Amino acid sequence: MDAVFLQILNGLDKGAAYALIALGLTLVFGTLGIVNFAHGALFMLGAFCAVTFNKMLLISTKILDPTVTLFKAYKEKPYLEIWFPDVGPVLVDYSVPLSILLAIPVMLLIGFILERGLIKHFYSRPHADQILVTFGLAIVIQELIKAVFGANPIPQGAPDILAGSAAVGSWIGLGENVVYPWWRLIYLSFSGIIIFGVFAFLQFTTYGMVVRAGMRDRETVGLLGINIQKRFTIVFSLATAVAGLAGVMYTPILPPDYHMGMDFLVLSFVVVVVGGMGSLGGAVLAGFLLGIVQSFASMTEVKAILPGIDQIIIYLVAVIILLVLPRGLMGRAGVMDD
Amino acid sequence: MTNENKFNFSRRGMLKAGAAGGLLAATPSFFMRDAWAASDFRNNPGNASEIKLGFNVPQTGPYSEEGKDELRAFKLAVKHLNGEGDGGMLNTFKPSVLKGNGVLGKKVGFATGDTQTKSDAARASAKRLIEKENVLMISGGSSSGVAVAVQSLCQEQGVVFMAGLTHSNDTTGKDKRRYGFRHFFNAYMSGRALGPVLEKEYGKERKAYHLTADYTWGWTQEESMKATTEELGWQTTATVRTPVGAGDFSQYITPVLNSGADVLILNHYGKDMINSLSQAVQFGLRDKQVNGKNFEIVVPLFSRLMAQGAGDAIKGILGTTNWNWKLQDEGSQAFVKSFGAEYGAPPSMAAHTCYVQTLLYANACEMAGTFYPPEVIKSLEGFKFDGMGNGATEYRAEDHQCFKDVLVVRGNENPSSQFDLLNVVETTPRSQVEYDWKIFGGELGPYKA
Repeated sequence: MDAVFLQILNGLDKGAAYALIALGLTLVFGTLGIVNFAHGALFMLGAFCAVTFNKMLLISTKILDPTVTLFKAYKEKPYLEIWFPDVGPVLVDYSVPLSILLAIPVMLLIGFILERGLIKHFYSRPHADQILVTFGLAIVIQELIKAVFGANPIPQGAPDILAGSAAVGSWIGLGENVVYPWWRLIYLSFSGIIIFGVFAFLQFTTYGMVVRAGMRDRETVGLLGINIQKRFTIVFSLATAVAGLAGVMYTPILPPDYHMGMDFLVLSFVVVVVGGMGSLGGAVLAGFLLGIVQSFASMTEVKAILPGIDQIIIYLVAVIILLVLPRGLMGRAGVMDD
Repeated sequence: MTNENKFNFSRRGMLKAGAAGGLLAATPSFFMRDAWAASDFRNNPGNASEIKLGFNVPQTGPYSEEGKDELRAFKLAVKHLNGEGDGGMLNTFKPSVLKGNGVLGKKVGFATGDTQTKSDAARASAKRLIEKENVLMISGGSSSGVAVAVQSLCQEQGVVFMAGLTHSNDTTGKDKRRYGFRHFFNAYMSGRALGPVLEKEYGKERKAYHLTADYTWGWTQEESMKATTEELGWQTTATVRTPVGAGDFSQYITPVLNSGADVLILNHYGKDMINSLSQAVQFGLRDKQVNGKNFEIVVPLFSRLMAQGAGDAIKGILGTTNWNWKLQDEGSQAFVKSFGAEYGAPPSMAAHTCYVQTLLYANACEMAGTFYPPEVIKSLEGFKFDGMGNGATEYRAEDHQCFKDVLVVRGNENPSSQFDLLNVVETTPRSQVEYDWKIFGGELGPYKA
């Protein structure tokens, strides 16, 4: 029971990352009709916002290390710690959550520039053209990050206070030995808040209502005198920011490198297709479902019977679901049917 | 009147003439060992004033930190071979015929490649180094999968391969090659060295759970550790294979929590080890009590670079290492001083093995008096040396594996400096880690490629 509970948590955690990326992908596809292969790169850009913020905080001076005697060695001492000995280390410790403050405006701006500068020219073009241009964009972003930050992963720590594990077992009567890392629980909660926020924005605001109307019938909304184009630009920026925030918060779990977006993109597209193209609810549901399935497939007992199943399970489940439900879990008729 | 024939050869005369002719033709071989070595061997430098060595290291991928340090060491070795700098281990290496004037009077240059920690990319990169850069020797690498792949290419191409960091038993076992040489220790030796320490520290009644990188090194590391711990009386709860570069290991760590195991053996290396160990600690494994004992984590193959990446997670954890910069012998000190002055940090064990391999190859060429690979190989086979940081060392002729003392280390709880991350717990003598070369099978293959 303990093992099952932990694998569920683990699956939810993984699923949260898939769901957040897939949510942005679906939002862009549902509103703008764009198949955005650069979305994984936006997730990666978000992660590198956290890296950049951390590097900014750690701009240092070099001090001779007296403990090394065989040669001259230098220690790096951040200016922040020299100038503000009390607050400086705390800021560095909390750099990941604080970097959200940088990531939100940066990602919104990137989204705005991309939509106005590139994506809008491809609204009326075939999906194949959109895939090619966004895939090319993803490669450009990747290579830019590689050129600036190098090819190696750059570890980012969670704040010390959240570095350990929570005794989740004792919360639900499973015993104190059932523990789960605090940061992963925070990531899960954070994803829940973001997903709820996006749904609430679309469901309960006038702005969201117009966007939803535009998703159904762009022409009629335009005839009513509403500048739907402008709203779509904001939707694209919003989707970019969601991907970016998912990336920021994921850095203590997985050290970011230039390729992390591509690793997630493929799985996220599977999630979108399994959930049903254009269905926000489907994307979230499929994200969590596939995360949990992948987690259970990694259990020793399962792998003993089917070695290597953890590597293919997501694709296997996708095939089965699409055979039974060709439009995915919550897909609507008429969306990408042609 | 004579019936004399001008060309009256008797059979005896013919035999005498033939023997004399043969002797005459063979004369140079009495003076020059390599008089008839094929002059057209791969990348023969001929009369060129410079030779090139190929350093094929992971500059990207999960083992890239080791790769960067290997490259630093190679550059330093080239510098020392050419008589620049303070000479480093050139001053302590014995017996050595290196003079600091290049190799066989030729200046040493180099070309580099990126293995990307992938076998196919490493082979392609090594092929480029051999065919386009005309290198005489390939060295480097931080993965056994890569080492085995490149070693076999080098055998085909007739170029000597001086392996970098490769710890799989297969490299000098079932996949050994005549053209491949390994200075680094192997998984079997790690097991033999760690066994007594594990018994002393954790006792005889333990249940071990293995997480293993799914490639040749991981498999042999797991096999060796399993054999060692089961010999101690430990039980093996499970052995689970994980993909290289998995990043997030949480799905493999959570099953450990309730497996009943009280020891986790992480057969991971590089970034994988940093991630899996950090995540294991995040999941509270080190704070757990199982079967009435403290839960322990063992990392059979350790390096200072990994310890640096893993931060506090490494403290108190046992493992083995090929070499450590804190060793007090003359050779180690000379190397650390030289490397530190050049780069501002001590060398890693990956850097050490690559530096030593370059010097050993250069010395073998000097001893052979030629770059002709079969002769260089014969010089290396059975070569006994000292002053390179691990005490008396021997390149065993039968499998091209170096035998020397092995270090058991523990993550330092109270580091005195930013580099003081590992403490040497025990120096296991060479005799304790030696084995019959036949146990891992394999054939070296021919001298002539």
